[in-house]
Amino acid sequence: MTERQTTKEPSASSAAPVLVRDLVKVYGKVTAVDHISFTLEPGTTVALLGGNGAGKTTTIAMLLGLVVPTSGEVRVFGADISNDRDLVAHRLNFQSAYVDLPMRLTVRQNLTVYAGLYGVADIDSRIAYLAKELQLDDLLDRPNGKLSAGQKTRVGLAKALLNAPELLLLDEPTASLDPDTADWIRRALKGYARERGATLLLASHNMTEVERLADRVILLDAGQIVEDGTPRELIETYGRETLEEVFLDVVRGRASGSARRDLDPPIAVMEEAT
Amino acid sequence: MSEARAISVGATPVLLPQTGVRAALRRIFALVRRYIYLLRSSGIRLIELIYWPFLQMLTWGFLQKYLAGTTSPLAQAAGVLIGSVLLWDILFRTKIGFSTTFIEEMWSRNLGNLLTSPLRPYELVAALSLWSVIRLLVSMIPVAIAAYFIFGFNLLDLGLPLAAFFAVLVLTSWSLGLISAGVILRYGLGAEELAWSLAFLLLPLCCVYYPVSVLPEWLQWVALALPPTHVFEGMRSILLHNVFDATELWRALALNAIYLVIGYLAFSFFLRSARVKGSLLQLGE
Repeated sequence: MTERQTTKEPSASSAAPVLVRDLVKVYGKVTAVDHISFTLEPGTTVALLGGNGAGKTTTIAMLLGLVVPTSGEVRVFGADISNDRDLVAHRLNFQSAYVDLPMRLTVRQNLTVYAGLYGVADIDSRIAYLAKELQLDDLLDRPNGKLSAGQKTRVGLAKALLNAPELLLLDEPTASLDPDTADWIRRALKGYARERGATLLLASHNMTEVERLADRVILLDAGQIVEDGTPRELIETYGRETLEEVFLDVVRGRASGSARRDLDPPIAVMEEAT
Repeated sequence: MSEARAISVGATPVLLPQTGVRAALRRIFALVRRYIYLLRSSGIRLIELIYWPFLQMLTWGFLQKYLAGTTSPLAQAAGVLIGSVLLWDILFRTKIGFSTTFIEEMWSRNLGNLLTSPLRPYELVAALSLWSVIRLLVSMIPVAIAAYFIFGFNLLDLGLPLAAFFAVLVLTSWSLGLISAGVILRYGLGAEELAWSLAFLLLPLCCVYYPVSVLPEWLQWVALALPPTHVFEGMRSILLHNVFDATELWRALALNAIYLVIGYLAFSFFLRSARVKGSLLQLGE
């Protein structure tokens, strides 16, 4: 069998949900993603953490096939996403705070359209099921444009779960939500990942979200992976109390662990003083 | 909010086959259903679809009626102006239907969802094309009926060639729609004006209201390279001389095939370019 044929027929069971190898994206003179590599294991929840412009959204967009890499490789369930996205598109789904569903259509109409696009066999019962799970029963016949931000997020989540994806990509899933609604969404996502055995990759700069959801954190800065580990590991490595403090260390260019104290005496002094 | 319990996926939903003609048709009709929902959600949109062609038809119909009182034999030829207006509207409305439906996806910031779904680009194009014809029929059938009752002009008097004229104009409008959609994909809503203006570029060149012979010779070659020109020439030939030249029509269809291929290649090129430049991330903002 030729290599091309192997690419065309990704293994459904053995291929990692996501494999990124030496990925680069350059926009003009700006390098948005700079030689990153990582693999997502099945059933894990991984957060891409970083400040604005760190390369999170571009990375997610390349995983979805919305952006073509400048160089490097992106494989989703073994398929080269730039050329063979059609082979695996039904196995993943996506939700973003920055992408809407049509405002004039009712929730039910939107979900019906997307269920058709994803090839759900029994559309009505799937919508009824998700509406119950996500507490959307009373909203089904309301236009999407007349919903609150929290309600829209739940509808977006229902759309993302229509095909019960094995890989769910989330771009700032709780942006602009109040803490109560955001917490509700996080728990819902956690429950889904656990029951389905799904792999979740979320891009976020919300530390609470990452700490609560992620098994593993990939910290991006200026398009490069600067840290990769569990939230606990990162906190310990940096000698900090929270992931937010680790994040601030990274984006402000401070080194980790004991090296940080050596290189950055004023901060260490301040800490000791408090 | 009430306490969130873990979301249960229940029995994992059965997904239908993702490849093959039936799968493609299912996705195309899913998207067309979205456009039907959209039209149904707004009575004003429905009225607007009929309003503009109806006004056009009235204006040109009354002008025709006025000119019929003069001695010009051309002016007295039954229905040439109304026929021109109605046929031009087939081209223009289908093109606008294609482009604005596409732009609507960007206005509603829905394109990201569509392009990350299993929908293939050619299925998106097929859905837009199909919907543009449905919109056209919704818009033109009432207007054509009104033209019959108000001015006694029966579009069906063009006979079988009408079906061929219709096909040529619709195919041309799809080519234009594909190019507009591609440019908008690549350059964003800033290029929206193109969706409106591209069809108007054809208005003087396609000789909608006058014969090709009126144009300077060099421009006649340009006009004859455009499929709609053959439609308008053919319509005048039928209405004024009762002669239908099928060769002209075949030429128009052959030209259309070329333009459609160019249109689809342009759309694919701009889509690819948008993916390279990252423009799809900024759409709608």
